[in-house]
Amino acid sequence: MQGFGDAFAAAFGLIARLDADLVEIVGLSLQVSLTATLLACAIGFPLGAVLAVGRFPGRGALTVLVNALMGLPPVVVGLVVYLMLSRAGPLGALGLLYTPAAMIAAQTLLVVPIVAALTRQIVADLDAEYHETLRSMGAGAGARMRTLLWDGRLALTTAGLAGMGRALAEVGAVMIVGGNIDHVTRVMTTAIALETSRGELALALGLGMVLMVLSLALNALAMGARMGAARMAHA
Amino acid sequence: MLRLVASGPGPDAAMRLEGVALRRGGRRVLDGLDLAVPSGGITAIMGPNGAGKSLALRVMAGLVRPDEGAAIPGEGLSGPRDIALVFQKPVLLRRSVRANLRHALALYGVPRRARRDRLGELLDFGRLAAIADSPARALSGGEQQRVAMVRALAARPRLLLLDEPTASLDPQATAAIEALIADTAAAGTAVVLVTHDRGQAGRLADHVCFLHKGALAESAPAGPFLLAPKSPEAQAYFAGRLLL
Repeated sequence: MQGFGDAFAAAFGLIARLDADLVEIVGLSLQVSLTATLLACAIGFPLGAVLAVGRFPGRGALTVLVNALMGLPPVVVGLVVYLMLSRAGPLGALGLLYTPAAMIAAQTLLVVPIVAALTRQIVADLDAEYHETLRSMGAGAGARMRTLLWDGRLALTTAGLAGMGRALAEVGAVMIVGGNIDHVTRVMTTAIALETSRGELALALGLGMVLMVLSLALNALAMGARMGAARMAHA
Repeated sequence: MLRLVASGPGPDAAMRLEGVALRRGGRRVLDGLDLAVPSGGITAIMGPNGAGKSLALRVMAGLVRPDEGAAIPGEGLSGPRDIALVFQKPVLLRRSVRANLRHALALYGVPRRARRDRLGELLDFGRLAAIADSPARALSGGEQQRVAMVRALAARPRLLLLDEPTASLDPQATAAIEALIADTAAAGTAVVLVTHDRGQAGRLADHVCFLHKGALAESAPAGPFLLAPKSPEAQAYFAGRLLL
């Protein structure tokens, strides 16, 4: 086990010289989490809008369910996706287990409830303001949802960024369905867990620093989007 | 219950309310309202606060379904393309003026190839060309109301309903809105204008309907009505007495 100071120095060294392993792991993490977030937004934005604007039986229960799923444990999602993709599972024939595609599927499942729940709230708030005007213009439910989603676009960016943060930070789901295979499915969080358990703190710390910087950047972007949305509300 | 039948407009009315009643919170806020809007010109709806003016307008626009009676649009009028409503506090989308009008044109089903020309006409009509690319919600109250009015005219409605469109606007902005209203009526659109302002009714209206407690108290041509209303309710209102 290295000393703390040595580990930090080595970690900075890895980042400074853009160590190939570190770059590969960061690259795969971003690729998986970004793809999962985009897919989750493609599902979560319309789902949230339907929950906010639609009037159908079971809407209340579905809203409660989506809100509850925001706190879904990643290992449970990992387990569900594992069961679906394992050889004996219904999607086993696709051969996706232990591939980045499986990790994307797991993270998408994890992020959809976050994006959908935040979208529902954002769209519902906007609908309270626009409802009568849009009705007076003859907008049906579909046109209303499209209008509200577009006008809430900056606030919805915050929802997407929150989802991206969740995807980047989770370890349980990608560990189970990805298997943490070197050069294939190793991402930042699984690599940190492995390297720490092996006592190799330099790479773990280096990846941890990158993860922290990404997390700070996402939060800064989310704050910028929130401020932009507040300005847009009056502008 | 006070019930008078409108005297002016005949069968060619742009909109007719027949025995419209509505309860809110255990109170009859519209109480057998009979009212007819002529198919041209400007009809002012006046009355004290709580008389049911704005609610009557919402019933005409189809936004509120009455408990009793009916709102009967004139011949060939149906839906928001023909009957447009402008609220006292306009809600504009978080987009530029141009994008707000483009959105309305799409919503009203104006064919794509006709939208560009119509957009130009609307910007010219509302004298909005100079601010077409400004964020709509950053405009002054008067400019926002002008945008809302022009947006309502996007599909060339035959009946325009205006709910106190100049309330809390300065005189310059009020003059600009009144000019738009007059131009709209001159172009053949029937206009219903809810207003508290006797001077505004005098400047714009051809006909006045005076409401009290959710029913029609008096309906008369604007000139004679504003000089000497016949109903005791309108007389008391113009004398500055509280109508209880």
